[in-house]
Amino acid sequence: MIFVCSAAAFGQLAVKGETVWTMAGEPITNGIVLVNENGKIEAVGAASQIRIPANYRVLTAKVVTPGLIDAHSVVGLNGYLNQPHDQMGIDASGAVQPELRAVDAYNAEEKLVEHLRQYGITTIHTGHQPTALIAGQTMVAKTTGKSVDEATMIPTAMVAVTLGPDALASQGKSPGTRAKQAAMLRAELIKAQENSKKTELTRDPRSEIMIRVIRHEIPLLVTANKAQDIMTALRLAKEFNLRIVLDGVAEAPLVLEEIKASGFPVIVHPTMARPTGDEDGLSLETAARLSTAGISVALQSGFESYVPKTRVVLFEAAMAAANGLSPRDALALITINAARILGLENRIGSIEKGKDADIAMFDGDPFEWTTHCTGTIINGRLVSDVIK
Amino acid sequence: MKKLFASLLVGCWFVCAAKGQERPVAFVNARIIPIVGTPIEQGVLLIHKGKILAVGDTRTIRPSPGAEIVDIKGKVIMPGLVDSHSHIGEVTGADGSAPSQPDVRAMDSINVRAASIQRAQAGGITAVNVMPGSGFLNSGQTLYLKLRDGANKIDDLLIYDKDGNHMGGIKFANGTNPIRPGGGNFPGTRAKSAALIREQFIKAQEYRDKIRKAGGDRSKLPPRDLTMEALLDVLDGKRVVHFHTHRHDDILTALRLQKEFNFRVVLQHVSEAWKVADEIAKAKVPASIIMIDAPGGKLETIDVRYENGAALEKAGALAGFHTDDSITDSRWFLRSAGLAVRAGMSREKALFGMTMANAIMLDIQDRVGSIEVGKDADFIILSGDPLSVYTHVLETWVEGKKVFDRADPKDRLIAVGGPGAGEDRSSHIHCFDGDLGGQD
Repeated sequence: MIFVCSAAAFGQLAVKGETVWTMAGEPITNGIVLVNENGKIEAVGAASQIRIPANYRVLTAKVVTPGLIDAHSVVGLNGYLNQPHDQMGIDASGAVQPELRAVDAYNAEEKLVEHLRQYGITTIHTGHQPTALIAGQTMVAKTTGKSVDEATMIPTAMVAVTLGPDALASQGKSPGTRAKQAAMLRAELIKAQENSKKTELTRDPRSEIMIRVIRHEIPLLVTANKAQDIMTALRLAKEFNLRIVLDGVAEAPLVLEEIKASGFPVIVHPTMARPTGDEDGLSLETAARLSTAGISVALQSGFESYVPKTRVVLFEAAMAAANGLSPRDALALITINAARILGLENRIGSIEKGKDADIAMFDGDPFEWTTHCTGTIINGRLVSDVIK
Repeated sequence: MKKLFASLLVGCWFVCAAKGQERPVAFVNARIIPIVGTPIEQGVLLIHKGKILAVGDTRTIRPSPGAEIVDIKGKVIMPGLVDSHSHIGEVTGADGSAPSQPDVRAMDSINVRAASIQRAQAGGITAVNVMPGSGFLNSGQTLYLKLRDGANKIDDLLIYDKDGNHMGGIKFANGTNPIRPGGGNFPGTRAKSAALIREQFIKAQEYRDKIRKAGGDRSKLPPRDLTMEALLDVLDGKRVVHFHTHRHDDILTALRLQKEFNFRVVLQHVSEAWKVADEIAKAKVPASIIMIDAPGGKLETIDVRYENGAALEKAGALAGFHTDDSITDSRWFLRSAGLAVRAGMSREKALFGMTMANAIMLDIQDRVGSIEVGKDADFIILSGDPLSVYTHVLETWVEGKKVFDRADPKDRLIAVGGPGAGEDRSSHIHCFDGDLGGQD
C-alpha cells in the first residue's frame, strides 16, 4: 500500500512549456519534459516529437527551467527566526573548526527552505557561515525531505574558509590581521600535508577532513572579497596545490586575469548584496564580467545576519540579467554552472534524459519581478504548487 | 589662482543655470505615466524654471518657441520616486541614554555627500523621508529632503512648508526593536512600551495646557523643553508620526495610541498589514510597506508577505512603499512595486504607492508625486516599463535639474557599483571637470 502511494506521488509527469530552457542546447519552443516513475527525466523535446503516456499527469507552464540551484547559502543551518537556537552557522569557540559538519546542523523543515522551494530553487549548497577563518563544512541538499538524510545530496561538499575582515577574531584573539589569517591557514595545511603522509593516525576529525582537502577529495570554499584576499587565496592554493572555489569576490574585476589564469571557479556574491564593508566595491556587473571572461561562475544567496534572512537566487540572477548578462547566461548562473561547480552536473542543473527531475515552472520570463513561479518539482515530485 | 578658479566656477554655474532653468525644455515622444491621469503613449513634458509647464500628447501640446527639444522616443517618464522611509546620508538619531528622545533631530547628523544619497538619486528617488533608526520608542525628528544636485550642506536639500519651516516628521517604534529586557530605562514588554509613549504624550498635553493658559504672556510660559516642543508639534498635527510597526497587534497598538492622542500617523513597515488591512483602512491611516526577500530575520517579521500591497488596496487604505535603505537598496526601489504587483496589487496602485501615496504621507503632494502642471519638475526617465527588471533609470531630474545621468560614467558607477562607488561625493558639478586644487 505504501509502495503504491509513493509510486503515485513520484514521477509519471509530463511538463509542457511554451518555452523549455533545458540549459543543454537552445531553448525548446512548445516543449515537453517527461518524468518517469523513478523521478528521473525520461525524455525532453518538442511537443511534436514526444508522446505523453496516457497515465501521466500533465502540468503546463509558460516557461519551464531546470530546478534552480543556490550555489552558496547558509539556509537550514541558519533559520528565519534569527534567534540563538536557530542560528547554527557559526560556533564562536574557535577560528579553525573544519571538523564541524553541516549535516549535523541542517534543518530540512526550516521555513526558509520552503521559502526557497516556492521560488523554484531545488538545490542548495549550504553550510557554515563566512564569519570565521575555517567555520566548518558545507553540504548540498535538495530543498525537500523531512530529514537531513532525505534531503542530502553531498554530506561534505566543501570546507568553508573566509579571508578578510569578516573572519577576524575579537580583540586580543587570533586571527587579528589578514597576515595572521594566512599564517594560521598555512600552519593548518602544512599539518594536513604531514598527516596525509602518515600511515597510521589516531582518529581526529579535524585531521581527517583536512587530509581530504589536501588530497583534493573536497575543495576549499574560500570567501574573499577584497583583491588582496582573492590573491591570498590564489597564493595559498598554489603553495599547497589546493582545489578551491572562490566565493564572494566583490573585487574580482580588479584581478580578473589572475582569477582566470588560476582556472578556479567562482561563486559570486548576490548581485543585490549591500555595498558595505569589504564588499563596498561590488558591482552589479561582476557576474557578467567573469562570465564574459570565460570563468566558470555561479551565483549565491550568501549570508545575511538580519533582514532579509536569506536572498533568493532567482532574483539575484534576474538582476544579473539586467546588468550585462543574457537571460540564458544569467539562468546558467543558477542552474548548469552551479551544478558543475558543485560536481553534480550529472544529476542536476539541466533538463536532460537521465537527470533528476528537478524542474521549475513560471508563468512568464522567470526574471521579471511580476512573473510567478507556479510550481516546483524535485525528484519527479511536485513539491510546491503555490503561486509565488 | 583661487580667484581665477572662483570666476571659472561662477561662469560655469551660470551656464548650468541657463541650461536647466531659463530655457524651457520639452521631452517629446516618451510614454508618460503621470500617476494622476492615464498614461500618455506619445507624450510631451515641458518644464521651465524648475516647474512642469505642460504635459500631454505630442499632437495636442506644442513646446513653447525657443524650447530645447529632447526626443526620447521609446523611453518612459514618470514622476520622481518618493521614499517615505529611508536611512540614507548616514543619519543618526537617539543615543543609548533613554528610550524616547523626541528632542533629537536627523538634520543635525546627515552627510549630504554620502554615497547612499547618490545611490538614491540613481534609483530615481527625488524626495525622501530620512529617519533615525527604530531601536527606540522615539528616536527623534525625521527630515524630508529633495535630492537636489551638488548639495554642500543640509540646507540645500530641505523642503520648506508655507510658513517657512523645514519639513519633517517624528519617528516612533513599537514591537521588539525598542524592547531591551534589563536595559535600564528601556521598556521590557509591549505594554510597557505603550505605557511610556502614553506617559510622554500626557506630559505634552499638560505642557500644551500651560502654554494655552499663559495666553501669550511670555512670563507665564513654561520653560522651553525640546522634547515637549517636538511632541507639541505632533499633538498640533504639524509633525506626522512615522510609526515603525510590524506585527498585527503592534499595528493595532499604534492605531489605538493614534486615536487616543489624535496625532497624524503613517504606519511604517506593516509586515502583517494583510492581517489587519480592514482596521488600517477604517482608521483612515496611511501605511508604508517594506518589501523584503524572505520572512524573518527578526521575530516580528516572520509573517511578512508580498501581499500587503494587494491587501491594503483591497481594503481601501492608502498604501505606499519605502526602501528602509540600507535594508533595501534605493537603486532598485522600483522593484518594490514590481513585487507588489506580483502578489496581486494593481499596477496603478503600485506605481501610485511609489510616488503620490508617499507624497501625501509627507504632506508634499501639492509639489511632487505626479506629473501635473505647476508641480515641481521632479521626474525620471526610464529605459522601459517601470516594473520590469530590465529597466534602468536613465535620468533623474529634480526641480528642472538633472541630478543623475546614467550616460555619465561617474553616475553610472554609482548605479552599477565598482571600486570607488562607495566613496563620498567630493565635487559633483556637472559642467566642471577640473581639479579643485584642494579646496572643499
